[in-house]
Amino acid sequence: MYKTISRLLRMGVPRLTCNSLTRTATVAVPQAQTRCMSTSEVDKPNFPGSKSKFVSQPYFLDPDDMEGIPVYRAMSQDGVFIDESQDPKFDENTIIKMYKDMTLLNTMDRVLYDSQRQGRISFYMTNYGEEGTHIGSAAALDPKDLVFGQYREVGVLMWRGFPLIQFIHQCYGNCKDLGKGRQMPVHYGSKNLHFVTISSTLATQMPQASGAAYAYKRKKNGLCVVCYFGEGAASEGDAHAAFNFAAVLDAPVIFFCRNNGYAISTPTKDQYRGDGIAARAAGYGIPSIRVDGNDVFAVYNATKHARELCVSQSRPVVIEAMTYRIGHHSTSDDSSAYRSVDEVSYYDQSDNPITRFRHYMTKRGVWNEDKEKQWKLDSRKMVMKAFA
Amino acid sequence: MRTIQFREAIAEAMSEEMRRDSSVYLMGEEVAEYNGAYKASKGMLDEFGPKRVLDTPITELGFSGIGIGSAMNGNRPIIEFMTFNFSLVGIDQIINNAAKMRQMSGGQFNIPIVFRGPTASAGQLGATHSQAFESWYANCPGLKVIVPSNPYDAKGLLKSAIRDDDPIIFMESEQMYSDKAEVPEGEYLLPIGIAEIKREGNDVTVVSFGKIIKEAIKAADTLEKEGISCEIIDLRTIRPLDKDPIIKSVKKTNRLVILEEAWPFGNISTEIAYQLQSKAFDHLDAPIEKINTADTPAPYSPALLSEWLPREEDVIKSIKKVLYR
Repeated sequence: MYKTISRLLRMGVPRLTCNSLTRTATVAVPQAQTRCMSTSEVDKPNFPGSKSKFVSQPYFLDPDDMEGIPVYRAMSQDGVFIDESQDPKFDENTIIKMYKDMTLLNTMDRVLYDSQRQGRISFYMTNYGEEGTHIGSAAALDPKDLVFGQYREVGVLMWRGFPLIQFIHQCYGNCKDLGKGRQMPVHYGSKNLHFVTISSTLATQMPQASGAAYAYKRKKNGLCVVCYFGEGAASEGDAHAAFNFAAVLDAPVIFFCRNNGYAISTPTKDQYRGDGIAARAAGYGIPSIRVDGNDVFAVYNATKHARELCVSQSRPVVIEAMTYRIGHHSTSDDSSAYRSVDEVSYYDQSDNPITRFRHYMTKRGVWNEDKEKQWKLDSRKMVMKAFA
Repeated sequence: MRTIQFREAIAEAMSEEMRRDSSVYLMGEEVAEYNGAYKASKGMLDEFGPKRVLDTPITELGFSGIGIGSAMNGNRPIIEFMTFNFSLVGIDQIINNAAKMRQMSGGQFNIPIVFRGPTASAGQLGATHSQAFESWYANCPGLKVIVPSNPYDAKGLLKSAIRDDDPIIFMESEQMYSDKAEVPEGEYLLPIGIAEIKREGNDVTVVSFGKIIKEAIKAADTLEKEGISCEIIDLRTIRPLDKDPIIKSVKKTNRLVILEEAWPFGNISTEIAYQLQSKAFDHLDAPIEKINTADTPAPYSPALLSEWLPREEDVIKSIKKVLYR
């Protein structure tokens, strides 16, 4: 597995052509405001807090005049690259590992969710719909990059090789659990795999990630820190502190936001008014990118670029992966109370990261109906064996 | 008399006060569309609309601060924390602003706000979702802390809390929301700061509050068969502490046992023990016993959790100890 990853790192990664991420200040000037600005200014402002130019008419930066940050998508819903230059050219083994990890996660989620319903474990949270964000990003990282998660990033741990049986031990809280039965299910952690143990409190991992990245910068170890969080958790004060400090400290941390549309029952329209999380980054002096979270290739490419920027320039980056939480928040939630079954089924049927990836694999000749049938059986057997 | 659940008693108390006084409103995570994370605000969005039952983004520090600001300016907010564990994110607002503002402003600004939600453990929820915060808030002058143990007390006390002009911490329990009890249909209020003798007895005084008082009741039932009669006092309000009934009881029984689901160091039991030895020293025939949780963060696995929590057997053991049996 490590050989595959180092091969990935050595491969050329398609260049993002939208903008260049260097340290020149650029001011976004909405069209409506340009009429108010005068052209020649002799003095330049010299305030300690800001150094951009003077204008002689009031200048309001109105977010309503701005277009939202565009969503980077590399692959269409039916598995074809929109722009061939964005193909990272993975080899067959990598592609199959990506698919198998996403589907194994899905299978494990189903079995563990059912086991909660049967009273075998007390609680569970599924990852349905977000598998692409986990695998795409995890594959682009160095296995030693430190990961801080929120609770819905199991695929990252799976990619890194956390054994199936260990997931189950943790959910059961038994004596073989690495966490020694101290924590609720899905609160995994593995020092060996550089995945910090999940702590329930939301967004507390964010300033910790900034601090850890600062420590890495001081150690000059060429690694970065990746901090996953949801769009809801980004409302907490800890998120603000984390972003601001990472920027001020020039800390090499990738803030990866899973914007899945809901925070338990709170939809994004009640969570924030701005242009999502990616738009906040500029306010802190942090570059950001918004990607189609259900497109494994887009997530991979974006994370690869972000990591490169992060480590070579020692600065934070924000990635906002747009996706959808197909499952309930947890086994304590019934999402039909606040969203329609049709909405959920739309994403499950028509915008599913696993399905899209399978179309690609089939078109490339790496997968087919028989392999799918066989893998469905095998993966279920693997999970049930670990259960036994 | 009809029987209702604890969660219904809470919803009724809030709804009645909101009908009576238009400056009262409810704010918190999941309180509106979801009817409350534990359904303690069921039906309220439908009745009062989104301007008085507000769903918030995830920011306890934000909405605590917003509540305090609006309380200073003519509103009477009820701020719900999904659990008091999450109040830690907003504790600067609660302690440094809500609690201290009356004094800091020389009496010009008072904060008629209620912060409510579940406290302490609720089954296998792990360390960050199981902490008891009664003593954290009770330590602070400027706050009142109320912890009812049943639906009848909960409704009467919550109504009084909402009408109170000072900040109140009103603590419930996820494991009590389904508890049923007889609650009168009509309007009634219960006074803040008055404890209640839930069971009369002669041999030992047992003081407790909140959901854990059930273990004391179970112990008392068991011990009755052995001829030991326990007097159980439910504090109901932690701050201000009603120590007179406890002193009166100890003068009768000469022995005191305090059952509290919280970490042992510097908790409410410790304060009660100090006050009682100070005011009833000559009436004590044995050192005061405290029954608390283990002095560690709450574990998850059921085997560990059952050792961590105070149980009926622990109460019985302590009672027998003070009785020298």
